[in-house]
Amino acid sequence: MNTDTQYLHQVAESDYEHGWSTDIASDTIPKGLNEEVIRLISAKKQDPDWMLESRLRAFRHWETLASDTDKYPRWAHLDHPEINFQDISYYSAPGSKPRYESLDEVDPELLQTFEALGIPLEEQKVLAGVAVDAVVDSVSVTTTFKEELAKLGIIFCSFTEAIENHGDLVRKYMGSVVPHTDNFYAALNAAVFSDGSFCYIPPGVRCPMELSTYFRINQAGTGQFERTLIVAEEGSYVSYLEGCTAPRRDENQLHAAVVEIIAHKDAEVKYSTIQNWYPGNAEGKGGVFNFVTKRGICEGTGSKISWTQLETGSAITWKYPSVILKGDHSIGEFYSVAFTKGRQQADTGTKMLHLGRNTSSTIISKGISAGQSNNSYRGLVRINKRAENARNFAQCDSMLLGDRCGAHTFPYLEIHNPTAQVEHEATTSKVGEDQMFYCQQRGISEQDAIKLLVSGFCQEILTKLPMEFAVEARKLLAIELEGSVG
Amino acid sequence: MTPILEIRGLQASVEDMPILKGVDLSVNPGEVHAIMGPNGSGKSTLASILAGREDYEIDGGTVHYRGDDLLEMDVDERAREGVFLAFQYPVELPGVSMMNFLKQAVNSVREHRGQEPLGAAALLRLAKEKAALIELNPRLKQRSVNQGFSGGEKKRNEIFQLAMLEPAMAILDETDSGLDIDALRSVAHGVNQLRNPDRGFLIITHYQRLLNYIVPDFVHVMVDGQIVQSAGKELALELEKRGYDWVYDHISA
Ligand SMILES: Nc1ncnc2c1ncn2[C@@H]1O[C@H](COP(=O)(O)OP(=O)(O)OP(=O)(O)O)[C@@H](O)[C@H]1O
Ligand SMILES: [Mg+2]
Repeated sequence: MNTDTQYLHQVAESDYEHGWSTDIASDTIPKGLNEEVIRLISAKKQDPDWMLESRLRAFRHWETLASDTDKYPRWAHLDHPEINFQDISYYSAPGSKPRYESLDEVDPELLQTFEALGIPLEEQKVLAGVAVDAVVDSVSVTTTFKEELAKLGIIFCSFTEAIENHGDLVRKYMGSVVPHTDNFYAALNAAVFSDGSFCYIPPGVRCPMELSTYFRINQAGTGQFERTLIVAEEGSYVSYLEGCTAPRRDENQLHAAVVEIIAHKDAEVKYSTIQNWYPGNAEGKGGVFNFVTKRGICEGTGSKISWTQLETGSAITWKYPSVILKGDHSIGEFYSVAFTKGRQQADTGTKMLHLGRNTSSTIISKGISAGQSNNSYRGLVRINKRAENARNFAQCDSMLLGDRCGAHTFPYLEIHNPTAQVEHEATTSKVGEDQMFYCQQRGISEQDAIKLLVSGFCQEILTKLPMEFAVEARKLLAIELEGSVG
Repeated sequence: MTPILEIRGLQASVEDMPILKGVDLSVNPGEVHAIMGPNGSGKSTLASILAGREDYEIDGGTVHYRGDDLLEMDVDERAREGVFLAFQYPVELPGVSMMNFLKQAVNSVREHRGQEPLGAAALLRLAKEKAALIELNPRLKQRSVNQGFSGGEKKRNEIFQLAMLEPAMAILDETDSGLDIDALRSVAHGVNQLRNPDRGFLIITHYQRLLNYIVPDFVHVMVDGQIVQSAGKELALELEKRGYDWVYDHISA
């Protein structure tokens, strides 16, 4: 049995024999967070000692933050109830406990969306939390792809597997870009994370496929505290896709993921995200709180990292994919579309930290707000003293659908080198009555006209997404817009 | 024969300011009507109301389109039923590609007519054919709708869409303004090709010149929200010669 199927069997059976408390056999552990819980999670994950130590260090740091209410991050333009961190269960065996016996029990609205997106039936079941056989069709597909990747020396596996089989790499890089001391949620994640993905591209290798598209099923259910680590060695290239357009319903309100990317000399990493977590009902109840730390470092000369994202889900989004431009001539990019409706709140943006010479960064952010939602862009561009000839271009456009929603931009600039060239542009617009009238005069319905105009507004970003993702993204946007206006 | 368009005693206002003060006009299938008249007399207002713009209060009168109450219909419904307005000032739609826009428009209309939607290849073929007809620069089809188009290109694009959608009633609001002489000729040529026994045209213009190329069946003069004079194509020549003062004298006489 290869490691791959081993992992799936573990997930499916998920009763770990050895342990030190009766809780071990159960799928979920009791609510609350303390050192014992960390040890329990670690035991369930069969962590090596160094991993347990790392979790404990993070947890102790988090405790100092959590015990001091001043240290909880409150600067974002978000309004949410106080989160009781002791009222959350921090581990549940991924995908092991189906919530429903059949698709008939699932919310019909959700199924309608699945249909509209053209998601195969088996995947629908997994995504909705319906019981399925442990070995679904696409598992064999997964295995084939992994074999192909392995021939090139590419490692692409679950974080758990990586800890077990590639411990040295994980130890070397984990926490090197987002240390547990970085922020409140990074500390929490480092202490309790349950799984995630690991990706390693050896020197000079161009990854021949978009990673993770084919692994949609495996991703679902690893949920709450994911961790992703991508290492691109000298001269390598990889395009990585995260998430999927299918709405992911989850009982877990709090999500705190960490993504780290390391790009060595002349390496390029393209990271694309579609985020569509459950936003809650019309009053905003029950939606996911999504607090993510994503950061990449352009470690080597001439390296490049780009973040492209389409954010449509979650009740609350707090997310700033960032790039540390350390290598000379390195390039950082951030392309984002954030769509909010109902009572959703998004505070998202980026940080571009220029350390090396001749570094350049580009930020293009498109925010669309409908209903009573709030959509904020928050971006920091810092040019350090040593960063000769750094360049940054930032463009933030907001579009308002209706007059009860809000759009805000918070650009921060810190320039410590006089040779820097920084440009910032911001616009706010409403969908024009004239534009609507023009479309409708050509026979296009009001709803279709709005979709057309909004997707036109985002066009620049959507074309940055890998082809098949872009098609899904456009569909998703259209579905999200359905009924959100007019 | 039912007229395509039958306007009777149409009165309309904006913020209590009357603009149309009783307009009567009938367009039968196959006819081309020209409306002329001084600036601010209400020509564009009439066109906008026919297309369904909501900025105006209808204070009286009726408009029937092929026998149905036009004023009851939504903007997109009117369009699908075959009412087309070539705008005096076409708006730009940033990021909305011409082909995507045309696909949605053409297929909305086709669906309404009970026809199969056109696939990408068939649509491209049709677009190519129609673009050639009105001599639209083929590169414009690869851009966003009207974005960065020159004034003349925008006007030509309106007629291109007219050709694509094949409406029963085409209203052209000053399509000739801003066209150079060659463009005027080719747009007029396009319109002439689109004339047919089932289609009606309402052409708003300030210049007799256009009417040399598109020869109208009737010419109307609108002054201060009313059609004060209607005659054959020779009226346009008369106006060109004598100016609107002559019309004013005519009215008061
Ligand atoms: N939405 C509006 N709000 C206020 N006034 C309006 C509006 N639309 C039209 N008007 C006024 O109604 C009058 C008629 O305007 P309209 O555009 O119909 O004239 P026109 O005959 O098309 O003129 P032109 O030859 O200059 O194009 C003008 O005085 C104009 O200012
Ligand atoms: Mg006018």
